[in-house]
Amino acid sequence: MELTDIIVKVILIVIVFAISLVIAMYSTYAERKIAAFFQDRVGPNRAGPFGMLQPLADGAKMFLKEEIIPTRASGLLFIVGPSLAILTACIGSAVIPWGQKLTIGSTIIDLQVTDINVGILYIFGVVSLGVYGIMIGGWASNNKYSLLGAIRAASQNISYEISMGLSIIALLLVTGSLSLREIAEQQHGFWHDGWFTWNFFKQPLGFLIFIVCAFAETNRTPFDLPECETELVGGYHTEYSSMKLGFYLFAEYINMFVSSAVMATLYFGGYNFPFMELIDSPNLVTIIGVVVLFAKIFAFIFFFMWIRWTIPRFRYDQLMNLGWKTLIPLAIANIVITGIVITLLN
Amino acid sequence: MESLSNKKKVLEVKPLNIWERAYLPAIFKGLAITMKHFFKKPVTIKYPEQKREFSENFRGMHSLKRDEHGRERCTACGLCALSCPAEAITMTAAERQKGEENLYREEKYAAVYEINMLRCIFCGLCEEACPKEAIYLDGDIVPADYLRKDFIYGKDKLVEAPLNQ
Repeated sequence: MELTDIIVKVILIVIVFAISLVIAMYSTYAERKIAAFFQDRVGPNRAGPFGMLQPLADGAKMFLKEEIIPTRASGLLFIVGPSLAILTACIGSAVIPWGQKLTIGSTIIDLQVTDINVGILYIFGVVSLGVYGIMIGGWASNNKYSLLGAIRAASQNISYEISMGLSIIALLLVTGSLSLREIAEQQHGFWHDGWFTWNFFKQPLGFLIFIVCAFAETNRTPFDLPECETELVGGYHTEYSSMKLGFYLFAEYINMFVSSAVMATLYFGGYNFPFMELIDSPNLVTIIGVVVLFAKIFAFIFFFMWIRWTIPRFRYDQLMNLGWKTLIPLAIANIVITGIVITLLN
Repeated sequence: MESLSNKKKVLEVKPLNIWERAYLPAIFKGLAITMKHFFKKPVTIKYPEQKREFSENFRGMHSLKRDEHGRERCTACGLCALSCPAEAITMTAAERQKGEENLYREEKYAAVYEINMLRCIFCGLCEEACPKEAIYLDGDIVPADYLRKDFIYGKDKLVEAPLNQ
């Protein structure tokens, strides 16, 4: 690897990191604003024009709050919990292809931090690590509400990871690759050989299962039982204060961003857009592609929030019923149907 | 049991059909409803900048009126204090001296006139009781303050601004 490659990668990593942080930051603002619009309200509008500086004010507040570690809490784990949560949230974006190759002079820049050939498995690994942040935090707090939240988070994530994995297997039957770059490339354009190229149109049921599981994995409403303000005070982060609490909240928004990016890449064509083959300049295609990918991501984030202000929380037994008795059989049926259709088409 | 009022309705709880049990159609219906609200105009009135219009007969802070020559109308008869169900009004009467005819309309006037805004219930009975049309509850909302003593409003806050010559 040459020096320029390393520099380019480092710059790319910093940019991706910064973008995910900024998007997570403004997701908090967007959430409050969108919640307000859904409820016929105005939302934050005091800090700066249209309340645009609200996230900065919130951040400053989080940093300046007193840091409390409960006496009976287990000291080290109490700090490890939120650190792990934010760490796993941040490293998920490493394998997502943000765009095609950008050519500047003689250097070719690959708009992906790393193209590992098991990209999907990597994301799954990171996602299943994410639950440890919540579990450790809830356990270390030495508080029954935190513990209940942590237990709920653990069982919920384990249950929904299964159907998420099964829905991905059906997608793998279609794509034949685990690399996110290759999956994105296969969805080039919008229409090819009499059918849509985007995987959503080949795997609608798989997508439905995946998005339901994504909601559960990111602990968003209607699957926000681990936090569950109305029952568990604050769930796993009841005892947390200051920036440690901020990290937990922040990790949730970064997770939302990353899972939106994964869904856009796997099912909605990633950086591909209709009529992209009509544009000559490859650099222009790449730049438009990046913009399109982010538009898709924002649409998904909006959808996350839209759902949050529409659907009430599931009861715990309903959650388990949905996961084990509905989604897993559906996902298995989806695999079988996909297999049969692929065999028949070949 | 027989319903006496004839209004009793027996409801039948039907098991959900497959369409309802699928849950998704209901979700889309819900999403459509929330989306309708998304584009609705917010009902919020941004209070300090914008104010909701008061009704015609809104009763706010009291004001002690002046007559057409700018003289105080109040003659300190005490009927307002007497009529006040919350006992919020007190006053001390004084006799008008020579040369003060341009200040006070009657020969007797209120040297001190105090309303305790924490006691006042804004019923408007003082307004009705006043024979001289000297007191009206036509002001704004009484503003918040920090100390109880600051809610006792004297003549400095109650009497109308003098006429501009």
